[in-house]
Amino acid sequence: MDQFLQLTLTGLTIGAVYALVALGFVLIYKSSDVINFAQGEFLLIGAYLTYFFLGQIGLHWSIGIVLTILAAAALGVIIERLVLRPLIGEPIISVIMVTIGLASLLKAIVGGIWGTNPQVFPAFIPKNEVHILGAVVTSDKLWAIAIAVFFLIVFTLFFRYNKEGIAMRAVADDQQAALSVGISVQKIFAWAWSIAAITAAVAGIIVANVLEVSPNLSGVGLHVFPVVILGGLDSVPGALVGAVIIGLLEAYAGGYVGDGSLSLVISYIVLVIILMIRPYGLFGKEIIERV
Amino acid sequence: MESGIFHSSYEKDMALRHTPIEKARLALVILFLLVFPFVADNYWLNLANTIGVVAIGAIGLNILTGFTGQISLGQGAFLAVGAYTAALMSIHMGAPMWLTIPAGAITTAIIGAIFGIPSLRLKGLYLAIATLAAQEIIIWVITHWDAVTGGVDALNTKNYLWFGDDHHFFTEFQFYWIILALAALVTIASVNIFRTRIGRAFIAIRDQDIAAEVMGINLFKYKMLAFATSSFFVGLAGALIAHWRQIVTWERFTIEVSIFYLAVIIIGGLGSVSGSIYGAIFMVMLPAMLNNLGRALSGVVPGMDAIIPFIQQAVFGVVIILFLIFEPEGINKMWKNIRDYFRLWPFSY
Repeated sequence: MDQFLQLTLTGLTIGAVYALVALGFVLIYKSSDVINFAQGEFLLIGAYLTYFFLGQIGLHWSIGIVLTILAAAALGVIIERLVLRPLIGEPIISVIMVTIGLASLLKAIVGGIWGTNPQVFPAFIPKNEVHILGAVVTSDKLWAIAIAVFFLIVFTLFFRYNKEGIAMRAVADDQQAALSVGISVQKIFAWAWSIAAITAAVAGIIVANVLEVSPNLSGVGLHVFPVVILGGLDSVPGALVGAVIIGLLEAYAGGYVGDGSLSLVISYIVLVIILMIRPYGLFGKEIIERV
Repeated sequence: MESGIFHSSYEKDMALRHTPIEKARLALVILFLLVFPFVADNYWLNLANTIGVVAIGAIGLNILTGFTGQISLGQGAFLAVGAYTAALMSIHMGAPMWLTIPAGAITTAIIGAIFGIPSLRLKGLYLAIATLAAQEIIIWVITHWDAVTGGVDALNTKNYLWFGDDHHFFTEFQFYWIILALAALVTIASVNIFRTRIGRAFIAIRDQDIAAEVMGINLFKYKMLAFATSSFFVGLAGALIAHWRQIVTWERFTIEVSIFYLAVIIIGGLGSVSGSIYGAIFMVMLPAMLNNLGRALSGVVPGMDAIIPFIQQAVFGVVIILFLIFEPEGINKMWKNIRDYFRLWPFSY
């Protein structure tokens, strides 16, 4: 039972990180039909920027986080403007490859500035042992879940009540109809990219706190594919549910099955099964045509 | 003065080379390829061999992605299947190279066709993600199936010429001829595939699969065939790598390799056999030249050696982005534009 609780909490922590990364991913896909392979690199940049502001300059953590978020938003807008906009209307492989090229570039910039060795992150989230129902967990994991939930609530409210958020949903639903009521679709694309960069950066801050800052963090980007396929590529609640399911699955596979190596691949096995029987995922729109 | 190439018979239209200049250019290229190994040192021979192997793999991927329109992120894993098949056959059965290399190619073709089954229900993006899963699962199986593949440890391939033979050590010079012969064979074969019904069916599927089916193309059969043909060449490249490098380890077949090959065919030119070769030359030479440049500068700029890998990685990304934005049809199109400009001058526009 102890182990079960412990694994569940670990899984929820992983799930929280996945949810934040997947949220940005789904937003970009929903509004502009672009699959972003650089989502993991956004996370990497968020982690390293926070490391730079807190560990190297020595700012207070609240200022550091605000600066990181602003920088991530700017990065998202710049990338959308310079890289993605010229490719509107190009075939899907071009769009996939351009984000892969972007991922390579961002990773190289991070590696060139900070090197490949893991850095110790000046953790600002307290790391005490907490006893819950007999299981021992460190409090930073609980904080990670809390922070992720907080941001997810903020974005849910944003889509519900904020004018830009509602406009984003309109664009996602039907671009032409959105244009006809005076919504600037280009502005919405820029919004989608900056929100994606922000949520990934927040995920990066959380991961950096729980683990360390290293270039391997960008691997999270590939693990998001099972999450979004499971939840449905164009569904925000789907991304959250998918993230929690995949996070828990990885934690249980790591804890209960053999030497734990199955946790590396379990999500991809789920991915293949989902693609075979229900490609649009749990909550996605059923628009897959079969030829 | 010309204003274009106009064909007046079906034979002329189907010919691979139309003008005397094209034939002369081909003769020059062949002459260069035959003379090159006698004047080049080991460094350049190694680069040439790398280009040859990458070109074979890239042609394979281009048949699937460029000609048939099925995006694959599983190239690295398919290379691994070919390489491990060849390596294991030579180690455990003492099989000679002329047997292991085709066996590697055929095994990969079968595995590729199996992983092609989802392509019937999945298109574009979803297929790309499915092949990404194939990549991760195959590499996981290789690293965890210790009894057969040796797990994460490297395999040492043996190069035999006959059963019960002693291990031969081939120089780069000798491998140059093996790789050149196979690369030439693959090029000729794949160019000719697209003059047959099968190749035209691939292209029809890429352009509009519903229309292709209406015209009587059996999608199941031809998509499987595209996966099998493509994987056959990819497996061939993998088996060649196993014998040429003599060390097979899973680290050479990761998702980065899949991405590298996609970059090769996009920069070279999607849906073009010669484009795959141009792309292979460009993408192999670029990091090598950057490396040379970096070393030359390391005396002038302190700390240069340490950041060379990052510069290579950044240039890799930038080159992909720039090509996609400014010349999505790749080097093949650029080269064609240059040729047309001079041939049709002053009426080129």
